[in-house]
Amino acid sequence: MARDMSDKDILKMELEQLQKEVKNTREPVSKTAKEICEWVEAQSAEDPLIKGVPEDKNPFREKGGCIIT
Amino acid sequence: MCDQTFLAITFGPCDNCSQNKPLMNIYLKNEPINYCSLCVELMACQGLAKGETTNTLKAESESLKAKLEEERAKLHDVELHQVAEKIDALGQFVMKTRRTLKGHGNKVLCMDWCRDKRRIVSSSQDGKVIVWDAYTTNKEHAVTMPCTWVMACAYAPSGCAVACGGLDNKCSVYPLSLDKNENLAAKKKSVAMHTNYLSSCSFTNSDMQILTSSGDGTCALWDVESGQLLQSFHGHSADVLSLDLAPSETGNTFVSGGCDKKANVWDMRSGQNVQSFETHESDINNVKYYPSGDAFATGSDDATCRLYDLRADREVAIYSKDSIIFGASSVDFSLSGRLLFAGYNDYTINVWDVLKGTRVAILFGHENRVSTVRVSPDGTAFCSGSWDNTLRIWA
Repeated sequence: MARDMSDKDILKMELEQLQKEVKNTREPVSKTAKEICEWVEAQSAEDPLIKGVPEDKNPFREKGGCIIT
Repeated sequence: MCDQTFLAITFGPCDNCSQNKPLMNIYLKNEPINYCSLCVELMACQGLAKGETTNTLKAESESLKAKLEEERAKLHDVELHQVAEKIDALGQFVMKTRRTLKGHGNKVLCMDWCRDKRRIVSSSQDGKVIVWDAYTTNKEHAVTMPCTWVMACAYAPSGCAVACGGLDNKCSVYPLSLDKNENLAAKKKSVAMHTNYLSSCSFTNSDMQILTSSGDGTCALWDVESGQLLQSFHGHSADVLSLDLAPSETGNTFVSGGCDKKANVWDMRSGQNVQSFETHESDINNVKYYPSGDAFATGSDDATCRLYDLRADREVAIYSKDSIIFGASSVDFSLSGRLLFAGYNDYTINVWDVLKGTRVAILFGHENRVSTVRVSPDGTAFCSGSWDNTLRIWA
């Protein structure tokens, strides 16, 4: 669709979009960044890639050799 | 003595139709415009605001962009990594390849995890779509698509079907049966139809709806059963390369990124473009929502990955290094959102600390471009697919 539009139509589309966006509500970065950091801190305890998984519980550990009895 | 009124008529090329005609000198928005009378009438009929030429549109667009930047800059009072200074740094990172999935005959272009955390679907340039068991590396299903360059594949939430598509401009859904001998291609259902290649697809929270993005510049939401188009999303001015749905708790939005360097956030119900971000310097190859739903990351051909905060409505972090000059093809977050895994065209995967903005590790192993990187649903491992025909599971 975008390929079929003339340059003028594309510009009109962008213009309408910008007019809408200027009206969006925004919050200060200090507030949102803090919230992101807090969220991550809370979740980090449960993140297997950060806290590590003990080898015996890791489903992706190296496959052991076979024991033939 | 009588007043003599002179009407001066200018004669020359019309601004609109370029023909030599008597011109009407109009002042629109304080700019003199010279249109012939025919064009003035046409303009009135077309219902355009008077005086809209490409130049005036561009000028208005530029001024609005400047205003938008100004509004955003007012709230830019601190950087993310400054807020993150108090947080402990991450320890040494040890990750290695635990499994290598070999079997594709050509470049691996896309992959997706099943919600059971163990199965993976991957698609490749040779038209093959393979379902693997990541624990055992066994291939469970294989389908041959009628087209090459299968650029998109996705696992259904139920684990009972996969969707894929590429140069055929369609997205097809294949139900997976437990009977290994059954011919999957026979049960194929064509769901989406675009006018250009399919770049990305994703099931929504159920098996019943699929969201697709295409080289034709649009994204679309389809009903799987009927193949009907439920909603289409217009707003990109070039190919859309990637999309990602917001985590289910945060509502009905998704983000898309494309060759127009823009990342757009859409409301799925109304089809409206809610927010848009244009700070990358080249094509955006991949977009991924942050696990909390308040932000998203992008990977781009300009060799950087960036984090955009949706509530602050701006870019809050750039992940780049002078030594990284190749584009990032794919990005994904770890479960907590502390780590960002990014696959690059220089065959490496870089692991970034999202909050501090520093690189935590580089992972080597692939012998060609890394095309796709996805963390498993429970966060215990991540899988990377590459143009070297293999997939690797890292943990």
